[in-house]
Amino acid sequence: MSTTDGPTLMPDSESAKDAVDRVTARTKKRHFTQPFRDKWNNLRRPQQWAFLLIVVVLAYALPILNPPVITSEPGNDWPITCFQMAIYALVAVGLNVVVGYAGLLDLGYVAFFAVGAYTAAMLTSPDSPFLHIPYLWTVPVAMAVTMFFGVILGIPTLRLRGDYLAIVTLGFGEIVRILATIIPAMKGQVGFQNVGRPPGVQADGSPLFSNSNGTPWYWLTLTVIIVVLLLAGNLERSRVGRAWVAIRQDEDAAEIMGVPVFKYKVWAFAIGAGVGGLSGALYAGQIGFINNQKFDVVTSILFLAAVVLGGAGNKVGAMIGGAVVAYIPLRFTAIAEYKYLIFGIALVLLMIFRAQGLLPARQKLLAYGRTTYERVSASTRPRPVAQGGRPPDGGPSDEAPKRVSE
Amino acid sequence: MSAELPANRAAADSALGKLAITVEAAEGAAPEREISAQVGENIMEVRNLTVKFGGLTALDDVSFDIRRGEILGLIGPNGAGKTTCFNAMTGVYKPTSGKVFLEGVSIGGRLRHKITRLGLARTFQNIRLFGEMTAIENVVVGLDARHKTSVVGALLRLPRHVREEKSSIGRAMALLEFVGIAEDAAVLSRNLSYGHQRRLEIARALATDPKVLCLDEPAAGFNPAEKEGLMDLIRAIRDDGYTILLIEHDMKLVMGVTDRIVVLEFGRKLADGLPIEIRNDPRVVAAYLGEPEDDAA
Repeated sequence: MSTTDGPTLMPDSESAKDAVDRVTARTKKRHFTQPFRDKWNNLRRPQQWAFLLIVVVLAYALPILNPPVITSEPGNDWPITCFQMAIYALVAVGLNVVVGYAGLLDLGYVAFFAVGAYTAAMLTSPDSPFLHIPYLWTVPVAMAVTMFFGVILGIPTLRLRGDYLAIVTLGFGEIVRILATIIPAMKGQVGFQNVGRPPGVQADGSPLFSNSNGTPWYWLTLTVIIVVLLLAGNLERSRVGRAWVAIRQDEDAAEIMGVPVFKYKVWAFAIGAGVGGLSGALYAGQIGFINNQKFDVVTSILFLAAVVLGGAGNKVGAMIGGAVVAYIPLRFTAIAEYKYLIFGIALVLLMIFRAQGLLPARQKLLAYGRTTYERVSASTRPRPVAQGGRPPDGGPSDEAPKRVSE
Repeated sequence: MSAELPANRAAADSALGKLAITVEAAEGAAPEREISAQVGENIMEVRNLTVKFGGLTALDDVSFDIRRGEILGLIGPNGAGKTTCFNAMTGVYKPTSGKVFLEGVSIGGRLRHKITRLGLARTFQNIRLFGEMTAIENVVVGLDARHKTSVVGALLRLPRHVREEKSSIGRAMALLEFVGIAEDAAVLSRNLSYGHQRRLEIARALATDPKVLCLDEPAAGFNPAEKEGLMDLIRAIRDDGYTILLIEHDMKLVMGVTDRIVVLEFGRKLADGLPIEIRNDPRVVAAYLGEPEDDAA
């Protein structure tokens, strides 16, 4: 023990003992995913790629395989269930940029989803008086429009922090829904029918991307998810990802270390909004019908629950969280009515026992991190590498700092 | 200011083996910077700085200079306004009146991250590292202040991004080696020992390539042996061509390491001079309750 260990609590005080126990528990406890993570990190790159390839192939095969216990039939069509899961997963990956990376609590994310869906619908549906363009073109347009809305919302509100930001975003979510109700051109509850679809016909002449055929829609969305995950990974391992994580942890310190905090918050909002709009456009295409009933606050909360459940700050975790949140009510139709109750209880339990979510966040923030950490741990004394989470010995070591003069 | 920072190649190589990193060889950890002030000239000027919190005047008309290449100590009893002065200089507080010039450029009222880019870096009295990042990632956040990769560049991994990422690893390792915690590069910063956290804060501040480095009580909570080590580090930083403003409580450390000292008391400047002058100044001795400085530690 040296003075560098910081204050020691009075050992005879009961509450102090509890506090010490809690601290040691927190630093010592290993997350249940830790062994898998270590194993994964010990694999060589080609092995990791091979494993990922298998996972991706299985993911693409999911609607065709229709695994017996997992399937949602007969209650719900299985390929369409897969598509719903993929949409929620995509939404969660987008929301994770805002909530998980940058730590900005956004309770109105459904608004971006709605803007994307309405953009796609209003540019393709015959019910809409506007200019009509092919469906696939509406996808980048929807992204651009939602990013614009993200910036519009972000510039005045991102100077707010914490709870205040949450309240403003909550309001924004409602504003979009109410505008859809009161603006005549957005047709309120009547909505837009026959939203466009990507080109392509099946052998029998019916459209490939029909509303009742979930499989091609699922494949399209899955491809989009993979691209978005790769790009999100690029951002994570760059100055952008580092800036977001720094902002999440200590906004003032980040600013003083030269991070343009406001700019990167707006970027997080814009990128998150863009992914939300993208998923909204895909959703509108598959459903084929959009009205104001689908974008309420509860959906927003469900999106947020997906991110928190999966692990805020971990893009794969968020993706799994999104898929689970979509899957449960479709699989167990008997309890679908109680889904908010169930997710509510699940979240409360999660907060008590595993506040980091299913997959805890541990961003890799260096583009060449793997090589770097391998070199570092090889060239210095053996020490648990934080790349795979916290070191198992946890707490701070009590050795004195090395003298520089040595 | 160039984005390609030369770094200590020997340090980088020893730590990183054969990892291909494009660093230019340079002596010491200090990059070659364009600083208009010559050694010994004023690099930073504080003029009539006043900070009021409501009716309370925390800092009253304080003026002093920092000369390039020196270690300037800012001392005073508790509540004298040292940290307030510091915060007003680094843009955390808006001064009620008065100006701060860095190389003749007024930095009052600028955004804090822009002040950092102008060349003023600081550490915190209460450590404020990014706890969920590893030590090397913390340092790279500091280095990012000099990087120019755009969001699109990072998204698509454009060449500039690749170049900056590669060079920053070498530079970050060199800085960690310089402050003596290279072996902890891959450890989450919240799991570092207290002393190493303090050193990491210094490395992170150095990474922003400051013209003036402000250290806010870097020795708080250190034992005498660690203070010795820190004094060596501060001198080594100065010898690498940095200018340092040091806030410190501990008179022994201040007397041992600084070139000049400014004394604050009740928000006003009490004295200004060489350590030996300050040590023998009766007003300063009185401010410290008449105790000899050596015992005030």
